Amino acid sequence: MTKVKSLADLKAMREKLQTNLDVREKAENPESLVQIKVAMATCGIAAGAKQVMEHMMQKAEELGIQAVFTQTGCMGYCHAEPTLEVRVPGKEPLVFGHVDNDRADEILTKYVQNGELVEGIIPVNYETIDK
Amino acid sequence: MKELSLHVYDLMENSTAAESSLIKLTITDSIVNNKFHFKIEDNGKGMTPEFMARVTDPYTTTRTTRKVGLGLPLIKMNTENCNGGMSLESEVGKGTTLQFWFQHNHWDRPPMGDLAGTIVMLVSQHEDIHFVIKYVTDQDEFVFDTDEVKEALGGMSMNDLSIIRYLKEMIAENLKAIGANE
Repeated sequence: MTKVKSLADLKAMREKLQTNLDVREKAENPESLVQIKVAMATCGIAAGAKQVMEHMMQKAEELGIQAVFTQTGCMGYCHAEPTLEVRVPGKEPLVFGHVDNDRADEILTKYVQNGELVEGIIPVNYETIDK
Repeated sequence: MKELSLHVYDLMENSTAAESSLIKLTITDSIVNNKFHFKIEDNGKGMTPEFMARVTDPYTTTRTTRKVGLGLPLIKMNTENCNGGMSLESEVGKGTTLQFWFQHNHWDRPPMGDLAGTIVMLVSQHEDIHFVIKYVTDQDEFVFDTDEVKEALGGMSMNDLSIIRYLKEMIAENLKAIGANE
């Protein structure tokens, strides 16, 4: 039987992981990072927000974008789920709706990296909610 | 919800919103007893009997951004479609216990889906909460305790992609090893 991964292995990996984290923490004051909040309430989850969030985290790493991912509650845009709020340093946050994997890639490569606007922006008249 | 793991995610989010410091999830996946049973226990703020009586009404929610709350109504419907059911116990200040179950081999029972990914996403987003997740099959059981993870990480944040990926693989492999339903 092949050996199943365990927490002991994680402990052994710790040093290697720590160095990665240090690099990140040096750059870390949250204002300098891209912040992405994924709406993760019943409506978001049912529409596939979890899978989009996982995909986006992966993609951001591939593209070398330093981003902080958090989840948030329902912003009241249940009709447009999955939705996410993207805050690029120095800019007003934008909310995107109907985000699938392709749209997520587009947001990262076009909006975050180049500042181009992409389809699916929900006009502002909302307030960020903490939960 | 198309997958049971998404229901679990959604309903455990209720516990995190109830200011819990400890949330336990126990899944009993038994082919022998033909039952798929889920139990979510938290020590959060609980519900009053009045609120609990209305809680499976889709027009009941604590949210302020919208007037509907579908988490519990959806799971209730899904279990009832699969010859199962749900039960809820709660006491103000003590916490809430939610249980729901399905006939394991029911035609309409949704698949489990990505439980490992769900667990990791949930715990890495709520690092201040202690989660204990137990999965019991006919053969064996697997326990995932975030206190142990924190100890192994020695103060590092779980919300890091390489750690998330590792934990996800670890949970998935362990679940597979005990014969968990996919």
